[in-house]
Amino acid sequence: MTMLENVKRTVQRYQTWPLSSGEKQPAIDISHQVLLYVEGLSVSFDGFKALNDLNLYINDGELRCLIGANGAGKTTLMDVITGKTHPDSGAVYFGQTIDLLGKTEAQIAQLGIGRKFQKPTVFEEQTVFANLELAMKANKGIVSTLLARLSPSELDWIAEVLDTIGLKADYKMLAGALSHGQKQWLEIGMLLMADPRLMLVDEPVAGMTAQETERTAELLTSLAGERTVVVVEHDMEFVRSIAKTVTVLHQGSVLAEGSMSDVQNDPAVIEVYLGEEQ
Amino acid sequence: MNTIRNQFSSLHQLREKAPVFLAVLFGITIYASACNLWVPEESIFYVSTYTITLLGKYLCYALLALAVDVVWGYCGILSLGHGAFFALGGYAMGMYLMRQIGDRGVYGDPLLPDFMVFLNWQELPWFWHGFDQFWVAMLAMLLVPGLLAFVFGWLAFRSRVAGVYLSIMTQALTYALMLSFFRNEMGFGGNNGLTDFKDLLGFNLQSDSVRVALFLCSALVLALAYCLSLLIMSSRFGRVVIGIRDAEDRARFIGFKAESYKVSLFVYSALLAAVAGALYVPQVGIINPGEFSPLNSIEVVVWVAVGGRGTLYGAIVGALLVNYAKTRFTAVFPDAWLFALGALFVSVTIFLPQGLMGLFRGKRLFRGKRLPWFKRRKNAGETG
Repeated sequence: MTMLENVKRTVQRYQTWPLSSGEKQPAIDISHQVLLYVEGLSVSFDGFKALNDLNLYINDGELRCLIGANGAGKTTLMDVITGKTHPDSGAVYFGQTIDLLGKTEAQIAQLGIGRKFQKPTVFEEQTVFANLELAMKANKGIVSTLLARLSPSELDWIAEVLDTIGLKADYKMLAGALSHGQKQWLEIGMLLMADPRLMLVDEPVAGMTAQETERTAELLTSLAGERTVVVVEHDMEFVRSIAKTVTVLHQGSVLAEGSMSDVQNDPAVIEVYLGEEQ
Repeated sequence: MNTIRNQFSSLHQLREKAPVFLAVLFGITIYASACNLWVPEESIFYVSTYTITLLGKYLCYALLALAVDVVWGYCGILSLGHGAFFALGGYAMGMYLMRQIGDRGVYGDPLLPDFMVFLNWQELPWFWHGFDQFWVAMLAMLLVPGLLAFVFGWLAFRSRVAGVYLSIMTQALTYALMLSFFRNEMGFGGNNGLTDFKDLLGFNLQSDSVRVALFLCSALVLALAYCLSLLIMSSRFGRVVIGIRDAEDRARFIGFKAESYKVSLFVYSALLAAVAGALYVPQVGIINPGEFSPLNSIEVVVWVAVGGRGTLYGAIVGALLVNYAKTRFTAVFPDAWLFALGALFVSVTIFLPQGLMGLFRGKRLFRGKRLPWFKRRKNAGETG
C-alpha cells in the first residue's frame, strides 16, 4: 500500500506546486460529467472500415477499459482522439466545448490528453531523467525550451515520479537500456509528468511480470478519480482486476458496454470475442 | 541531485566542454599566424601565406560541417543541399567584393562589374543595389539563405516530408540553384562567377596581414558558432530536438510541435553555412556556380560521418582531416580522389558508425555489440 500512498501524494502535489504554466488553455467544461464525447465516428483506410459509426462517452474521473479483438479499432480510436488520424465523419469533443478534430497532436497534448503507445515509446538515446524532464508539463514553445532551467521544485517533482515508477536508482541510465517492463513504466511516468486530464493507455502491461502487472493495476486505479483513464488491454485478468466499466469494440463500433460480468455474459460478446478463448 | 542540475544546465556544459576545444583551435591558429607574420621566410618555422589561406579554407569547411552536424547529427535531417546555403552566403560576400573593385576592373566602368560590361548591360540590376555597403551585403548574406531555409523547411516539415525524400529534395534544391546560377541572365556572372576581388573594407586582399586576419576571423567565428551550438544543444531545446530525431511521435504527443523545432533548427544551420560561405569567398578569391554542385554537399556529409555525428567537435575534426587528406591525395593521384572518398564513406559507415569520435567515446562498438558487418555475416550463416 506504500506505493498507493506515494502515488496519491504525488497526485496531490501536482495541484499545489507552482509550475510554469504553458499557453493559456481554455477551461474544460464538464458540466454534464462527460469528459470525452465521441459521436458517429467513421474512419476507413482504402475501403477498410477501421471505425464504423462509433459512439463513446467517457465520464470525468472514470477508469474505462476498452477491449476487442485485433482490428476492432481500439488503436485507431486513440489515433483519432490524439489527432494522429483524421476521421471521415463524426465528432470528438473534449468537455462540452473543445472540438478535438482539426487540432494537431501537440495542441491536443497541451490540452491535457496524454497517451501511452502500444509499443513502449521513449527517447531511447536519452537518460530516464531527461525523458521525464521533456514530458514535464511546461511551456513547450521554442524560446522557453531554449531558456528553460530546472527549478528545485521541478527537480523534486521528477524525483517523486521516479520514485513512483520505481526507477529512482536508474535515473542516469539511457532509456534504451531499460527492460521492456521498465520502459512501460517510464512511459507511464512520462504521462504523470505531463499531468494530463485524460490518459489514454494502450496495453500497459504487455511484457510485464505478474508482480509488475499488479503494481500497474494499483497505479492506474489510484489515478482514476483525480484524472480520467482509458485503458486498452488484451490481458483479461488485468482488465477484470481494474475495470468498473468495460466497452467492447467489434469491427469498428461498440458491441457492448457495462460491468465486466455484464459484458462477459452478453451473448453477442461471447460469440465474437470471449468465445474464442473459452 | 545537484550534479543533475549541472548536467541539465547549458552554461555548465559550455564551461565543461568548450575550453579544450577553444584552446586547441586558438593555439594552432595563433601559432600559425605568428609564424607567418614574424618568422623570417628562410626559417623552418615559417608558415607560408599559401598555407594560411589553405588553413582558413579548412576552417570555413569546418563551420559548414558543424552546420550539417546540427541538423543531421542532432535531428536526423540528412541535408544533401547545405552547399546551397554556403554558396548563397558566398555570393552575397562576392557581390560586395565585386562592387569594391569599382573602376579598377578591366573595362574600368565605375559602376558595372566587368561581366556586365562584357554582356553589354547598361545599368546595374536592382538586386545589385546597396551591395557597395558592407552591412547590406552582410544582411543579405544572412537573410537570403535564412529565408530560403525557412520557406523550404516550412513546406517540407509541415507536410512531414522526412528521411530519403527530404534528402532528395535538398539535393534537387541545390542542383536547381546551380543550373540557374550558371545562366548569364541571372546576373551573377554565369559560368565564371565572381572573381578578381581587390579589397575588403579597404584592406588589400592580397596582403599577408589581411590573409592572416581573415584566417583568425574564421577561427573566431568557428569558435563562436561552436559555443553557441553547444549552448543550444545542451539546453532543453537540444534534448527536444534529439527526442524528435529518435521518436518524433512521442515528442508530438507530449506537446512539442515537431515541425517548428525542425524549421528553426534548419534555419539556424543554414545561417551557419551561409556565414561559412561568406568567410570562404575572400580567402579563395572566387565564387562560381560550381559551389552549388550536389557533389559538394555530399562531401560535407562524408566529413561529418567520418568525424562522428552528434558531437559538434566530431564534425569539425572530420572536415579538417578529410580536407587535409584531399589536399594531399589530389596532389599525388588527382583522378582517384573521388574513389578514395567513396571508399572512406563506405568503410566509415560499416566499421565506425559513430565516426572517429566514436573510437574515443563508444566502447559500445567493441564491447558487447558486434560490428554490423560481422553480425550480418553471422546471421547469414545461421539462415543459410
